[in-house]
Amino acid sequence: MIYITGWFFIAIGVVFFLMGTLALIRFPDLFTRLHALTKADNLGLGMIAAGLALHSGSFTAGIKLLLIWLLIMLASASVSHLIARTARNVRHGKEYNA
Amino acid sequence: MSGVYLFAALILLATVTAGLVRIFIGRARVERLLALQLFGTTAVAIVLLLAEGLKQPVLRDLALVLGLLASTISIAYVRYGDLTPETDHTSSDQ
Repeated sequence: MIYITGWFFIAIGVVFFLMGTLALIRFPDLFTRLHALTKADNLGLGMIAAGLALHSGSFTAGIKLLLIWLLIMLASASVSHLIARTARNVRHGKEYNA
Repeated sequence: MSGVYLFAALILLATVTAGLVRIFIGRARVERLLALQLFGTTAVAIVLLLAEGLKQPVLRDLALVLGLLASTISIAYVRYGDLTPETDHTSSDQ
């Protein structure tokens, strides 16, 4: 049962990454892409890490996967803020065709 | 059973390949940076899946380092790189 739940989580994570890439290609401008991308990042990696933690069967491996996910989430949120702020500054300073 | 992990990693690799299209057709440099950030996270997920599929727990440490470096690249590029259009490049201290 735990195994099936793990596969379910991993499948959902892969689907999130697929959606994120699709949004990266299809969405019209930078800020909508940024919006979709952060969801794909955090939830996709979180689902895959949760599924792998269920499969790993050891407590320390699960904690390590959780910490990896937290680090990636922190870094991703910071970088997204930086990119959005830079893009806004560029757009307000000068014409920005995105 | 471990083949399924490798198959999932292969799908993620395919999404990276599809994301390269965005880098190729992107008009602004910030868009390419955005794709780079998604690639960093996807690489972490791929390495985590490989760690389980190949029975190599050491690869989890590699995923940790990879995630740290991916964010560092983006931060460095935003802070010190040239993200403005070519005609707007006026600052001289770079």
